[in-house]
Amino acid sequence: MTQLALVIDLNVCVGCHACVTSCKEWNTSGWAGPMVDQNPYDASPTGTFFNRVQTFEVGTFPNTETVHFPKSCLHCEEPPCVPVCPTGASYKRPDNGVVLVDYDKCIGCKYCSWACPYGAREVDEEQKVMKKCTLCIDRITDPKLSERDRKPSCVLACPSSARLFGDVHDPDSEVSIAIRERGGYQLMPEWGTKPANHYLPRQKTQMHIDQDELTRVDNPLRKEDLTTYTGEETLDDVAW
Amino acid sequence: MQDPVSHSDSNVGRVEVKETTCYMCACRCGIRVHLRDGEVRYIDGNPNHPLNKGVICAKGSSGIMKQYSPGRLTKPLRRKAGAERGESAFEVISWDEAFQMLEERLSKLRAEDPKKFALFTGRDQMQALTGMFAKQFGTPNYAAHGGFCSVNMAAGLIYTIGGSFWEFGGPDLERAKLFVMIGTAEDHHSNPLKIAISEFKRRGGRFISINPIRTGYSAIADEWVPIKPGTDGALILAITHEILKLGLFDREFLVQYTNAAELVVDDPSRPDHGLFYRAEMHVEEGCFDPQNKLWWDRDIDGPISTHTPGADPRLMGSYTLEDGTPVKPSFQLLKERLEQYTPEWAAPITGIPAETIRRLAHEMGVMARDQKIELPIKWTDCWDNEHESVTGNPVAFHAMRGLAAHSNGFQSIRALGILMTVLGTIDRPGGFRHKAPYPRPIPPCPKPPHGPEAVQPNTPLDGLPLGWPAKPEDLFVDAEGEAVRIDKAFSWEYPLSVHGLMHNVITNAWRGDPYPIDTLLLFMANMAWNSSMNTGEVRKMLVDKNPDGEYKIPFLVVCDTFASETVAFADLVLPDTSYLERHDALSMLDRPISEFDGPVDAVRIPVLPPKGECKPFQDVLIELGSRLKLPAFTKEDGTRKYRDYPDFIVNYETSPGSGIGFLAGWRGKSGDQVLKGEPNPRQWEMYAKNGSFFHHELPRNYQYMRNWNKGYLHWARAHGMVRYAEPITLHLYSEILQRFRLAAQGKRPGRQPPDRLRKRVETYFDPLPFYFDPLEDQMVDTRRYPLNALTQRPMAMYHSWDSQNAWLRQIHSHNYLFLSPSVGIENGFKDGDWVWVESTHGKVRCMCRFSEAVEPGTVWTWNAIGKASGAWGLSADADESRKGFLLNHLIAEELPAHDAGEHLSNADPVTGQAAWFDVRVRVYKADDKEPKMTSPQFKAMPRLPGQEKKRGKWQAYVAGVIGKK
Amino acid sequence: MHPAFSVIFLTTLIGAGQGLYLAMVTGQLYAIAQFVEAQKDQFYAIGSLVALVFLIAGLVASFFHLGRPERAWRAASKWRTSWLSREVIILPIVMALVFAYAAAHWMGWTNPLFQLGASLQVDVTLLLGIVGTLASLALFVCTAMIYAGVKFLQEWHTPLTVTNFIFFGAASGFMLAAAYSAYIGNPLVTFFGTWAVILTFVGIGSRLMHLRRNGRIKRKSTVQTAIGVRHNALVQRSQGAMGGSFNTREFFHGQSDRVVDMVRYAFLILVFPLPVLLIGAAHVTESPNLPILAFLVQFVGLMAERWSFFAEAKHPQNLYYQSVA
Repeated sequence: MTQLALVIDLNVCVGCHACVTSCKEWNTSGWAGPMVDQNPYDASPTGTFFNRVQTFEVGTFPNTETVHFPKSCLHCEEPPCVPVCPTGASYKRPDNGVVLVDYDKCIGCKYCSWACPYGAREVDEEQKVMKKCTLCIDRITDPKLSERDRKPSCVLACPSSARLFGDVHDPDSEVSIAIRERGGYQLMPEWGTKPANHYLPRQKTQMHIDQDELTRVDNPLRKEDLTTYTGEETLDDVAW
Repeated sequence: MQDPVSHSDSNVGRVEVKETTCYMCACRCGIRVHLRDGEVRYIDGNPNHPLNKGVICAKGSSGIMKQYSPGRLTKPLRRKAGAERGESAFEVISWDEAFQMLEERLSKLRAEDPKKFALFTGRDQMQALTGMFAKQFGTPNYAAHGGFCSVNMAAGLIYTIGGSFWEFGGPDLERAKLFVMIGTAEDHHSNPLKIAISEFKRRGGRFISINPIRTGYSAIADEWVPIKPGTDGALILAITHEILKLGLFDREFLVQYTNAAELVVDDPSRPDHGLFYRAEMHVEEGCFDPQNKLWWDRDIDGPISTHTPGADPRLMGSYTLEDGTPVKPSFQLLKERLEQYTPEWAAPITGIPAETIRRLAHEMGVMARDQKIELPIKWTDCWDNEHESVTGNPVAFHAMRGLAAHSNGFQSIRALGILMTVLGTIDRPGGFRHKAPYPRPIPPCPKPPHGPEAVQPNTPLDGLPLGWPAKPEDLFVDAEGEAVRIDKAFSWEYPLSVHGLMHNVITNAWRGDPYPIDTLLLFMANMAWNSSMNTGEVRKMLVDKNPDGEYKIPFLVVCDTFASETVAFADLVLPDTSYLERHDALSMLDRPISEFDGPVDAVRIPVLPPKGECKPFQDVLIELGSRLKLPAFTKEDGTRKYRDYPDFIVNYETSPGSGIGFLAGWRGKSGDQVLKGEPNPRQWEMYAKNGSFFHHELPRNYQYMRNWNKGYLHWARAHGMVRYAEPITLHLYSEILQRFRLAAQGKRPGRQPPDRLRKRVETYFDPLPFYFDPLEDQMVDTRRYPLNALTQRPMAMYHSWDSQNAWLRQIHSHNYLFLSPSVGIENGFKDGDWVWVESTHGKVRCMCRFSEAVEPGTVWTWNAIGKASGAWGLSADADESRKGFLLNHLIAEELPAHDAGEHLSNADPVTGQAAWFDVRVRVYKADDKEPKMTSPQFKAMPRLPGQEKKRGKWQAYVAGVIGKK
Repeated sequence: MHPAFSVIFLTTLIGAGQGLYLAMVTGQLYAIAQFVEAQKDQFYAIGSLVALVFLIAGLVASFFHLGRPERAWRAASKWRTSWLSREVIILPIVMALVFAYAAAHWMGWTNPLFQLGASLQVDVTLLLGIVGTLASLALFVCTAMIYAGVKFLQEWHTPLTVTNFIFFGAASGFMLAAAYSAYIGNPLVTFFGTWAVILTFVGIGSRLMHLRRNGRIKRKSTVQTAIGVRHNALVQRSQGAMGGSFNTREFFHGQSDRVVDMVRYAFLILVFPLPVLLIGAAHVTESPNLPILAFLVQFVGLMAERWSFFAEAKHPQNLYYQSVA
């Protein structure tokens, strides 16, 4: 069975929010739209977003790491939001594992959001139904789009390619290889939700320098041996 | 609900895709605008575009909300008769009336005194046109925003290596192995840099970020080196000291391609002290470095012409020429200068341990020496030496406003240029690489006018409003040595102010110093808010009147797309279009988007009709130029030459028959020529077909070592990019600066500075890089104001541009002052508290947020999130004005009166770069009884005529339809 | 969690309704066993109708919780997996049974249908009463399991949530029965009052255990597991949206610790000592008003308890929403 997912590389995410707004602009006019904004030009503007970028600080000065952390629906393999839905509006697609909401069936009881430990679901405060990341289902399955474009909007937008997309059940896929080779991990594994989305951790490149590399054979200072004899007295003049 | 798998956008409506260029920031990525039934449905990156390769940022993805923002202006407006300026009491007028007003006023000014008209623009990307308009009008009072942005970065490096970062050049991260980023926030060249850094990291490159704050790009650095603001110069000098001391420099590169081995006269008693010793030989005057200088040859132990085949010059030592002239290689002078700058010296200044400084030097030096790159590319240098390969050292740097926006920025940046040079990384693989039209001569040829006589009624300006002085004679001063420009650029106060000093225009014009002006035309520059230092006072100056009741700045014209804070102060408002509604040329004549591998320029082509009566500012200028009968816009018979901007772009040539125009692609009658060629009537079409950009990839052997690459330089000359195919030797030692210093010392015949400025010019025009405390530090009590306050631009917001954007403002609706918890503990406040931030100049109240990712002596905030109440189409109680704040209120636009003058700009004494980041502050808790609101507050700006009604509580956007409830 | 008033009303109202119904049936059973004086059918009928009113009011309140109440009928479809769906199915069943029980009494369908053992005459009302009691208990379980079943909400994910709901619901219903009896001047005040005190006592015991347990909860999720970074010093700087979001509105009560503490103390007093004192005083003074007051006080207390129940629960998603910047 195919399980589509995102793999997010925290090693290169600079926290630019490109995934946040590219998601919004695609989906508000797409199958999953509209994504309503409340108080759009007033105090406390708020609205429906399927994806957010958050910032965490790790450690204390000067050993501080700033971690930018994009978060959207993780498309769990055991999605706790699905069985609790009383109407069947929340469902996981059998063909590709994407977790979706059928707005026509949703009664807006928000129970699915309580049952999601990740805070991945939002209620559309105007349409009064639950909405969430669809992995741009209407892009990735649209045969009228070019193959290059058949990816979630956030993945195509991401300037640092921090978002990989593919089938985590296919061991040869780019995402599976990245998870395997880069130590990809899941969020809150303690709940057994088996998120399909994975995160790749930070890695550090260090440089080690030997003393030899500093006292060099090719040292150009050797060319500037400036002790030329200009006639002053030396031991050669006074001793034997 | 429909099965999403059977849903296709193309079944919902009529889908069209149009390719143009983004303008949500100054990066200029290629975009595809997807229209559904004629309305914008989606904007994504153009995968074929060389700059962004299909990616797009948060701002670019939110272009829709800029297009449909209720903050947009839609009609020309005139301040109502009797209404006070600043009250936003406007009446709608027609474009005809607007043009008539301008024509009458400006033609009178042009006939009487053209300099009474001043044109200043923001980050407009059309300086080629605006500058030309000013020149044609005859006024020298023109500049764009560079003076308060990053002119130090441009000048400091261009005066050293003939190119600079961003549009001019950048780090070759494809081949670098060590990348050092200094003083760069999330700004400048954002998408290309994000692409490059992530690929660099994936390849295992080592990335070090030197910055007081760890956000954005710095977040993913392998090592963060926190540094005290304004001390980058000290760090760079100490690193260079260590590299020289250990011999980790690239000797061969220094000898061949820089003035390191060239002999400098070393006799303080002589008038030519500190100048290169020049052999007697005829040199044609031109703006290039004549090759009539000497090396001291190791083998013959005597002087020899530079680049004599087989010569092996000394880099160090002290020599006496046959005529008795004591000389030293300039590298020796550099070494002597650097002796004092030990890591131990720099440690307390920068807050970086000496061990770390030393290690940074070792990493750079060892990486450069031991990981050499060799590419099998044959090339020929300017001295006809054939090279079998192109070599490089894989250490790359990137730096930006963190270095630039300090009063010591020019010298710090020159120090960086020198560090990059001693590591042998200029226009070589893995190091710094130029982008066309750079490299240019040091300095480039264009010069400002030389005196007041350049300004004559009804005559174009004699010279370019902005240029590159190489000697005191190039300054734009009167007989007393005082400024001719309203911003005092190119005067002895800021001799190398190559981007002007927009930040002082309003203050100077208000004071009438050097003279009052009549009309100030501002385009896209938010001078009543985030583009001014001392914002509160500047707003008062804009409404201040003479005793006769006339405003001190009598006529203010503002052209903008949005109801910005500055619009409130206009006498005449011209509504500009959005970037999706207009033609634009991102021209080789301005700052194009070239790649390392060759020239690239781009255009915008409208995808939507203008909203309301919006008119592109370019068309306004063409119309005005035609009405005023400026020569470039008028045929010989006095009739109008260009129909509109698109017509102008295609047909304008810099001079008749020059073959050089705004666009470099598809020139020649049939579009088969590049860079130079006859106008091509189908040029727009050809750009449109190619995704709105033109990319000319140079042959591989023209892509490197371009300062000295004979093939490249001749190609560049043949294509009109440079005047001389002469080598561009790197200025390790700056003779240009020494010329100004000699003049200040009274040793040089010709122009000399006024006495009050002699010491200043002598001090700061040092031909060798040196470190000094930023001017504000020298003048304020740093114990009372112990903290440095900085701003950064967040990645999802371009200065003040995006608060009108419903999506982006949800990410940054207001701003906090970020500071180390230690500052809070010392001053008795907690995370989230309301605090006062106070400088010698003013104070603001805001909320604070503790952060471990900031150097403890620094406080900072996101730039220009705070807005004046009611501006930008926001409600009067929007977060931006109630919880957001602007740091500008704390920053003076002028230094306190001192020996050198009463009203000197708070700027770099060499370039006039606004010293935003010099500001010193203290922070203390606001009283609990004070209102929970930022201070200062300003009277709310009302909605303007023509601006859309308030949107309401809900907004549900679906492809151009804004659902409301 | 943000206390949702619709849900607070729903659970307290149907709890009291179910409890009152259970009290009626209990009264009838005790009467059959001749432990208490038998009442007229009208007593049970009116009592059950009052219970039905509470159930209907609760149902009405629940609709305010739904974004799309017109589609509420759809909620019956996923009873296999969803406690909410089960509640949606069983609530009308209980209502129907309560109505039928009331109707049977009203209509006087008390002719025995058959006889069990020596003396137990089984009539329609008794049958309906027993079936209704089972359904009502099932409804308590379904309602409580909506909360207790969310394993991420560790404060709720305990059998104590179920016992709290059952005993508090029953207690308030018996208290209501006592008030009802007092109001009509019927001698069962003490009977219902005693049961109410016992149930309240058990309920408060269960709740105190619940509070004690929640005070010692070891959180499964931490910021470290939330983002997968193992470091002791790990704090959020920015949650990515400054004007608030569904995540900040739905999962945070937004009140200070002081308010939360005050509500907790208030409910502890209002639910247990005060009503018990009032009902005790009623017994002594034979006041017809004090039992009504006791019910009202306890009902307000239970609403505070339910508010507190929400406010106590810390959703793991909150780890992602700690700081605005």
